[in-house]
Amino acid sequence: MPSTPTLYRGHEGMWMWIVHRATGVAIFFFLLVHVLDTSLVRLSPEAYNQVIDSYKTPLYGLLEAGLVAAIILHAFNGLRIIAVDRWTWALRHQKLLVWVVWGIFVVLMAGFLPRQLTNVFGGE
Amino acid sequence: MAAPELSHPLPSTRKRLTPAHRWWWKFQRISGVVLVVLLFAHLFYNLVLGDGVNQIDFAFVAGKWAAPLWKWWAFALLVLAMLHGMNGMSYLVGDYARSQRTRRFLNALLGAATAVIVVLGTLVIFTFDPCPQGADASLLPSFCAEVGK
Repeated sequence: MPSTPTLYRGHEGMWMWIVHRATGVAIFFFLLVHVLDTSLVRLSPEAYNQVIDSYKTPLYGLLEAGLVAAIILHAFNGLRIIAVDRWTWALRHQKLLVWVVWGIFVVLMAGFLPRQLTNVFGGE
Repeated sequence: MAAPELSHPLPSTRKRLTPAHRWWWKFQRISGVVLVVLLFAHLFYNLVLGDGVNQIDFAFVAGKWAAPLWKWWAFALLVLAMLHGMNGMSYLVGDYARSQRTRRFLNALLGAATAVIVVLGTLVIFTFDPCPQGADASLLPSFCAEVGK
């Protein structure tokens, strides 16, 4: 039992708060790069295809899976934050909702990972 | 489980927050909900349907952006995600930057980066040419041949 019990400290909500910040920062920097790489379509088909081909390699395929994981966590925890701010029921059950976020994360990743990994490791 | 008493409570947020803060706070939530829809559709279409990530090339993008819906989809994603990200990053700047000067500098940097990316992305989306002159026809979407470029 922590000596100063609060809503968050050392519990599910605090860890999710850290996850929310870390994933937010990661997604932001990816977004900058993503707009730049997509902008190559304005330069030439060759330039765009060359850069995008690297996204299809196993290394980038794994990073991309990590990006999708970050987006799922950030998205559903964001909805949880809104719910907790808005409804007393959600505030009372904010811990349960953290586990709901992790549950949704596991289900969606279980659907996405096989698809992504067979695509990038499947060879051609 | 009562929270411990604070010996020096912060002044009420009612006084500390400017109308701009409130606007951004609301924007962050509203854009967040919209982004969940826009972004999951974007990911599902590009990474799950068809051949997943392997299908993405110039012809794929050109095929998508032949439809105005996907152009506006990309534009909405660009603007909302950049502003949501900029504001989120500036919450971190507010939390971690020690001095007023650092905060101002980092926020200015964020604003500038956001402006550059949004302007660049918007130009790319709306000046995009799916059938550029002299390009290798095998890399272009099939409709370029029919148009007889």
